[in-house]
Amino acid sequence: MARTAAAPPVASGRARRAARRVDSASLFVYTGLAVVYLLLPVFVIVLFSFNDPAGKSNFVWQGFTLEYWADPLGVPGLPQAVSLSLLIAFVSTIVATALGTLIGIALVRYEFSLRGATNALIFIPMATPEIVLGASLLTMFVSIGGPPFFPLSAVTILIAHIMFNISFVVVTVRARLEGFPRHLEEAAMDLGANEWTTFWKVTFPLILPGIVAAGLLAFSLSIDDFVITNFTAGKVQTFPMFIYAKYRIGIPVEVNVIGTLIFAIAVGTVGVTTLARIRADARAR
Amino acid sequence: MGGWLKRHRWVVPYALLAPGVLWLVLFYVYPGIQMFISSFWSGTLETGFTFSLSNWTNYPEALSASSEQFVRSILYAGAATILTFLIAYPLAYTIAFKGGRYKALLLFLVVAPFFTSFLLRTISWKILLADSGILLAPLKAIGILPPEFRLLAEPIAVVSGITYNFLPFMTLPIYVSLEKIDHRLVEAAKDLYAGPWRPGGAIAGIVLGGVLGGVLGYIFEYPVPIWAGVWGIAGGLIGWLFISESFTRITFPLSLPGVFAGSLLTFIPAMGDYVNAEFLGNPSTRMIGNVIQNKFLVQNDYPEASALSFILMAGIIVFVAIYARALGTEALTTGRG
Repeated sequence: MARTAAAPPVASGRARRAARRVDSASLFVYTGLAVVYLLLPVFVIVLFSFNDPAGKSNFVWQGFTLEYWADPLGVPGLPQAVSLSLLIAFVSTIVATALGTLIGIALVRYEFSLRGATNALIFIPMATPEIVLGASLLTMFVSIGGPPFFPLSAVTILIAHIMFNISFVVVTVRARLEGFPRHLEEAAMDLGANEWTTFWKVTFPLILPGIVAAGLLAFSLSIDDFVITNFTAGKVQTFPMFIYAKYRIGIPVEVNVIGTLIFAIAVGTVGVTTLARIRADARAR
Repeated sequence: MGGWLKRHRWVVPYALLAPGVLWLVLFYVYPGIQMFISSFWSGTLETGFTFSLSNWTNYPEALSASSEQFVRSILYAGAATILTFLIAYPLAYTIAFKGGRYKALLLFLVVAPFFTSFLLRTISWKILLADSGILLAPLKAIGILPPEFRLLAEPIAVVSGITYNFLPFMTLPIYVSLEKIDHRLVEAAKDLYAGPWRPGGAIAGIVLGGVLGGVLGYIFEYPVPIWAGVWGIAGGLIGWLFISESFTRITFPLSLPGVFAGSLLTFIPAMGDYVNAEFLGNPSTRMIGNVIQNKFLVQNDYPEASALSFILMAGIIVFVAIYARALGTEALTTGRG
């Protein structure tokens, strides 16, 4: 541009550094505010698990109590909802992680002609609004109209959760497989290991962190899913559905206690696995 | 067995794919087709449904009854996507370029909200934005805001809720694409006299800020000139102070794949969302998701609800197809530009 050519030479080094420091400072302040913004609702959830509400609704801070922490499952229906959510999360995580890992391996390791179609089939469910996923499953279950699809039950929730989790597992596992050191497998084969042994002794341990990460993601997506579950649940109730059902008549404080516990356990699990991975990577180097 | 596999190696990838792909075909593709078929149904859940092509009238009927909610969904989802972009970009930029050894911790803090319930987080905003809640009560007490001012049950509350809930979906892809940028390119630009972008940054900031502010003011049903003015001034200041030529010429163009991926990951779920509109809005902020949900689960009007879901999905597929054509599916799904 003519302007740059005509402009005086760049400002002195000191001025430039000062400007850069101001930029950095504003960015750090901004990032601090953004983190506060992201965590503010989480803080409210935790805070209101110690609230002592006057009536049924837990919307206004009234006073501190530990009463609900002493018996977090003491609301009719809540223990059943929490255990159903846990059960569905566990089973859907195991099945989706197994199926998704196999697809991930096939996509990274093998050349085959239906690759583009498979990629699309993995991607499009993630680009479908949850309400459409739930609604289309509901119409299918209703149109079949017989067991195990109809009447809706925990089985139909499970089918739905496995379905939406597969894509997320594939994407996570594939990301880990892509930077994979192939020469380690070749070395094992050169040393006389067959494909089966090589897979279990070399490949699997190396991609295990990716599989664990995918499993954690699947678990957290499943346990928190509301929209798709609401369309496929029928009469049974998961934890998010319990919250939704209680929304109009007042959410019990116990729900916040459970929410806080789930948050603490999730943060702890992710923290531990991340540390373990950092240590493993350091050892590998 | 082993020998047969060695001779037929092409079978291996298909054997690995088969179970998962079968699951997706049975429980994603087939239900999608069934939903399309159901949109040509007539009848009720009690009497049973019958299929007939003459029921194509479900489409115009469903559309005419809920065109208002459809348009509102596009506006709200669009506004939320722009707002998440504006909030997420500097955040992702800081983590990628200035994060240093706190990078992992900052990324963890960005996704931390996902570890609590989506519904509870949305309800938290109801508590925070309440008429005499922690945010508004102090401002009302010192007289900055009139006592009747409210955020809750207004369009701005719904859009804010969506913005908040999908912020990590925008931040992570932008972070990934910024992280991959070769710093030497930025250094080279600076060596070639790329400095602050003045007055271009200020002018661009005023224009972009003004237009965005005006559009947001319109969507939020607030006075458009005031919003356009305030956003224009803010945009101008940001453009003058922070936007450099190396950013507009190098960093931003290279981060576009992340911006596109993030905007899809925000816009698509936002289009179908009904929880924010239900918890934070009022009956006149209903989105298309609320209509579909209500028709399916309350009125049991499957045919019209299926037609609406199909229109929603078809619109999104067209939108994504254009985008995937531009970038390639592999780049999109793996987040690599």
